[in-house]
Amino acid sequence: MDESISDLKQDPLISKKVLRALSKWTDEREATTEDEESYHQYDTYIWRKWVFMAACIVVMVVTAGLATTIGPMDITFVETYETMWNHITGNITNDAFDYAICTLRMPRVVMGVVAGAGLAICGAAMQSTLMNPLADPYTTGVSSGASFGATLAMLAGFSIFGGRYDVIGNAFIFSLIPTALIVGLARVKKSSPTTMIMAGIAVMYIFNAFTTVMMLMADPNDLEAVYQWQVGSLAKASWDDIVVSLGITAIGAIIIMFLSKKLNVLSTGDDMANSLGVNAAQLRTIMMVLVALITAGIVSFTGLIGFVGLVAPHVVRLFIGADNRYLVPAAALFGGALLVVSDLVGRVIIQPAVLQVGVITAFLGGPMFLWLLLRKNSNVW
Amino acid sequence: MCGDPMEYEVRNLSFGYKTHHVLSDINLKFDRPGLVCIIGPNGVGKSTLVKCMNRINKGYTGEVLIDGVDIKEMTMKDISMKVGFVPAGTQDIFAMTVMDTVLIGRHNIQGWRTTHKDLEIVRRALEMLSLEDLSMRNFNELSAGQHQRVALARGLVQETPCLILDEPTSNLDVKHQVFVAEMLRALAVVDNKLVIMICHDLNIAARYSHEIIVMKEPGIIYKVGKPLDVITPELVRDVYGINCDVIEVDGSPHVILKETFDEEDE
Repeated sequence: MDESISDLKQDPLISKKVLRALSKWTDEREATTEDEESYHQYDTYIWRKWVFMAACIVVMVVTAGLATTIGPMDITFVETYETMWNHITGNITNDAFDYAICTLRMPRVVMGVVAGAGLAICGAAMQSTLMNPLADPYTTGVSSGASFGATLAMLAGFSIFGGRYDVIGNAFIFSLIPTALIVGLARVKKSSPTTMIMAGIAVMYIFNAFTTVMMLMADPNDLEAVYQWQVGSLAKASWDDIVVSLGITAIGAIIIMFLSKKLNVLSTGDDMANSLGVNAAQLRTIMMVLVALITAGIVSFTGLIGFVGLVAPHVVRLFIGADNRYLVPAAALFGGALLVVSDLVGRVIIQPAVLQVGVITAFLGGPMFLWLLLRKNSNVW
Repeated sequence: MCGDPMEYEVRNLSFGYKTHHVLSDINLKFDRPGLVCIIGPNGVGKSTLVKCMNRINKGYTGEVLIDGVDIKEMTMKDISMKVGFVPAGTQDIFAMTVMDTVLIGRHNIQGWRTTHKDLEIVRRALEMLSLEDLSMRNFNELSAGQHQRVALARGLVQETPCLILDEPTSNLDVKHQVFVAEMLRALAVVDNKLVIMICHDLNIAARYSHEIIVMKEPGIIYKVGKPLDVITPELVRDVYGINCDVIEVDGSPHVILKETFDEEDE
């Protein structure tokens, strides 16, 4: 190598400046204390991301506790946790408390955590895969597809799989329709982020129209439930629902986590990703199918909760940056906390009436969506 | 640093879309390290060619061989360990630090966690390109010229025996154009690397490359050789349709552009 450097010194075209710069590249010197310090700085920078996640967990646990204190029976914050602890350890001391907390109140909160986390992961994954800051399951019509499929099973009794999982199976199949459209659009190179969202909104209108038609023809007794569910609500959650929803979300989330490093590569552009050995088109398809699956697993039980997937990743990015290895889990934690807080707000803001969580997230997410649209291409994205 | 130089061969390569043909029967052979510039008019298929060479474009006919192995028989990851790529224009929608952006170049080498070894190589690349002060800044806050240098750093830290760059000097002011060109020439020698770059500036190509490949409509290789043998007024007339003088400076040809013309002016 030294030989080639001396060759270079003979080369009249290579300036001294470049030779000096080059020596910084070729010189494999021992790391100086200054270098060590800069590596530690980087480690600290990574450490901060973990701290942020820890903070999200704390917020989530505290708000979950707060949310379970609300109800006709007065149970304090500490008693709530005591009851939960007693339930887990099998040492139930107060049966009334146990019933109120674990059977009546907890499902709603746990469903909030699962749905918030799942939708936030979907949002983060979609934004990175589609390189589109406006993408989330709601804005791209994936949720509407799932919702239509689920309604179809619930009202018309039509289902593709049948059996116990008819609702969720239908939701998944129909959420794949907008997903396929998006994947197709992403292949057309010139399609801008906005085009994709417009297509999503068009799909949303179509599915919503179908859903409305079905509601007109449905049995009035079923209608109430479906109507509630059009806005997104955690009120009907049961432990049985949670097991299914959590299972699906967890499987999807784990796979997305494993792929998060590749997702970083994908966000540098398709050509770059391919040249680094990441099959861009394939990864995009896998991600979008996972997103559809998680969305179906959530929407089937909660209805259309919008914008969580949009808001959570953007807020998290402001704190810890866009590295998907950290963004995905952090967005999940933040999304879980966000949805629990939103539901909490919805329940206390106009007491004794209860606002559905979907209404609160729309109030949060709508302005955020507008803001993102208007400050296009600035720092956040 | 990168071990043995690589042998790269393109045999009878053709590529086209449904409506039109882009590349016709390309044959090229690279068997020693050095800076190779590909020049030619807009739309002649330069980018398409280099993207066929690392299988970003898949639907070509013919063969591309790396060290004698057809790349169709290699996985994308295998290819990525041999050939680094710096695309034209950079894309990063969400805020990532320069450090993390360059670290992406280590994707195949690093594990899930970033090690100090990865950080060291990135530091060396950033220092060489005078980017070390920007390492914790967000990539999308940088100027176009800085973007280009970050992309170059990302290509270098891949430590591949071959690096392909699509217009690495576009968007740069003259100082940085010359700096990057000198640097690529020097790197090719020092790292025993085959550096292939697409370039629109005839004089940069003529001065700094060890070898020039000239492409011409309709997607053919017009001439390959050392700059002094290739860059002539006749060639520039034939390929670009422009009159010029060529003088020799420091042992390299230098093109002085004159007026454009059409066939009918003859």
